[in-house]
Amino acid sequence: MLRTPAWKRYNWRVVWLSLAYAVFLIGAALGFRHHYVSGVCAYGVAILPALPVIGIIGAIGRYLVEEEDEYVRMLMVRQTLWASGFSLSAATIWGFLESFELIGRVDGYYVVVVWFFGLGIGGVVNKLTLGEGGC
Amino acid sequence: MRNRLKVLRAERDWSQSDLADRLQVSRQSVNAIETGKYDPSLPLAFRIAELFGLAIEEIFTSPSREDRP
Repeated sequence: MLRTPAWKRYNWRVVWLSLAYAVFLIGAALGFRHHYVSGVCAYGVAILPALPVIGIIGAIGRYLVEEEDEYVRMLMVRQTLWASGFSLSAATIWGFLESFELIGRVDGYYVVVVWFFGLGIGGVVNKLTLGEGGC
Repeated sequence: MRNRLKVLRAERDWSQSDLADRLQVSRQSVNAIETGKYDPSLPLAFRIAELFGLAIEEIFTSPSREDRP
């Protein structure tokens, strides 16, 4: 992706949110492992690592709002559409395979991981279909 | 959408980067518009037209007229 001012701001947000994710995940894991949390508090702590991940999705939305270069913005929109299509398709296929007990259960949050992988696929598709300008 | 952007740019001896700077867009945007891979929005098309001092239809060919001789 091109390094526009909006892209740089997006990158910084992702860096900070990634750091928050690491801290929250380690904190929550330690909290549960050592039985520091229980009751209603446990729900809050369990959700903590999800918040920065949701924040990254929000950062992508904010990037799309802030990006002033319409062509670059269009590239990111295409990437997010590819990511959404890919992750929803993968989740649907996995869900049916799981329902018929052909494969094991996977935690639901992996759909976000697949979505981020889909962003990469979208980037490759941009490059293949738009050539030099699709980066 | 076909356009005369490359010709107009060449007449002024501007590189894609020069044109991109003047339009305040990325060089990749200029490249994508020139090669017809991306159709600019109306506001950007107006900016391009104003930069060259021409009407939009003097730069961009209407898709409905592209097949006409």
